[in-house]
Amino acid sequence: MNDIYEGLAAAFWLVVTLDADLIEISLRSLQVSLTALVIASAIALPLGTLLAIRRFRYRRLTISLLNALMGLPPVVVGLIVYILLSRSGPFGVLGLLFTPTAMIIAQVIIITPLIASITHQAMRELWAEYHDLLISLNTSGRQRIMTLILDGRRNLLTASLAGFGRAIGEVGAIMIVGGNIDNATRVLTTAIALETGKGDFALALALGFVLIALAIGVNIAIHWLSRTEREGRW
Amino acid sequence: MSRILPLTLENVTVRRRGKRLIGPVDHTLGADGLTIIIGPNGSGKTTLLRVMHGVERLSEGAVRWAVPDQEAQHHQAYVFQTPIMLRRSVADNLRYPLQLLRRPRRETEAAVALWAERTGLEDRLKLQATRLSGGEKQRLALARALIRDPQVLFLDEPCANLDGASTRAIEILLGAALAAGTRIVMTTHDLGQARRLAKDAVFMLHGRIHETGEAPGFFDAPQSDALRAFLRGDIVT
Ligand SMILES: Nc1ncnc2c1ncn2[C@@H]1O[C@H](COP(=O)(O)OP(=O)(O)OP(=O)(O)O)[C@@H](O)[C@H]1O
Ligand SMILES: [Mg+2]
Repeated sequence: MNDIYEGLAAAFWLVVTLDADLIEISLRSLQVSLTALVIASAIALPLGTLLAIRRFRYRRLTISLLNALMGLPPVVVGLIVYILLSRSGPFGVLGLLFTPTAMIIAQVIIITPLIASITHQAMRELWAEYHDLLISLNTSGRQRIMTLILDGRRNLLTASLAGFGRAIGEVGAIMIVGGNIDNATRVLTTAIALETGKGDFALALALGFVLIALAIGVNIAIHWLSRTEREGRW
Repeated sequence: MSRILPLTLENVTVRRRGKRLIGPVDHTLGADGLTIIIGPNGSGKTTLLRVMHGVERLSEGAVRWAVPDQEAQHHQAYVFQTPIMLRRSVADNLRYPLQLLRRPRRETEAAVALWAERTGLEDRLKLQATRLSGGEKQRLALARALIRDPQVLFLDEPCANLDGASTRAIEILLGAALAAGTRIVMTTHDLGQARRLAKDAVFMLHGRIHETGEAPGFFDAPQSDALRAFLRGDIVT
């Protein structure tokens, strides 16, 4: 219990004094995870919607693959990205290993299947509801997708937020491909792992609280921005 | 007068999972008037209507309009047995069919106001459509179907669950559409309504057209025992 109080106190001081390291680490966490979120959403939202409404040859296979990828252990993703980006790997010449870009790549791979899968689930329900009407109104494929995305935007937001939660709290993969280098690739989760290892529980806890606050803060901010909570709209 | 009619159904059969839902059905829809489809639950009325509208896959046979299918599709509207509400406001539901056609904004807004007024939904425009009452949803679905000014309008039990006043309001709307030249095909379980509206009628039984005829003869002098029993209110299975 004492550790928790100390952690809280430490967190409080780190925040009110705008500790430079804390700010830097937090901003990097946000930058990496938000970038990964934007890229993953750009891929996963249309993909999930398409999977819900288009019948094509390898649809079942794609869905199974997606679900399998969703269960992929992040550490393994990290390992594979590491191998691909390492100097002797196929993308070694790009020199991306141990950079935030490598961390973004790993996170995109981890959260894209998750977002696509949740999107697919939600869009399938909406499509079942709308199907007859949209066929009857003679809509084009593009119009169908746009209608579903527009009317299902709240579900899509939920899917994206689930992805963000997973990304910002992820440690295994980014530890491997980022290397937890001070001032370069250290983010909240890797810093927590490091401080815990060193036995500095107060600092680790402080970082943990900031991480939780960030995760909740981004959730609220996105909901507020899209104003989905406004009464009467839903 | 509808350019896309007559509609011809030739030897149409619909099967699902080895079960025959309707067929074989042969029928021709003339260019004007109002056709009522009656029959017991599960006799295939909805399926027949969906076949005509082209949203049900045929197992056998063919459905032919007087014009190419592409063109015919643009001039039909369909009101489903259970109204499908877009998760949007009432006004946005009304706008939707016109937005799909990229009609100018002004024209769209004028049509929305007109149809909201005609269906008595003026003070509901901002409400989320999914929150409407059952009867209001049916009125909205009808307005959304008529807003494109279709040549042919299919209605699947448009007055189910409505009270007398709402039923009357809808019958007036249908009468106006009919007078404006819209061809109407509808199913109903309300035999009083069938008599009031029908120019001709179709009696479905076990997935087949059992009897057809012009009103009022169809109702007053039915040819088959089954139709006679059905009109009398006996249970026909
Ligand atoms: N996809 C399907 N698979 C199997 N059976 C089906 C399917 N769709 C409809 N049916 C069956 O086909 C029959 C005809 O259905 P339909 O909806 O056309 O009847 P209906 O005359 O409209 O009945 P109601 O008066 O209750 O609306 C019903 O027995 C129904 O259960
Ligand atoms: Mg029916």
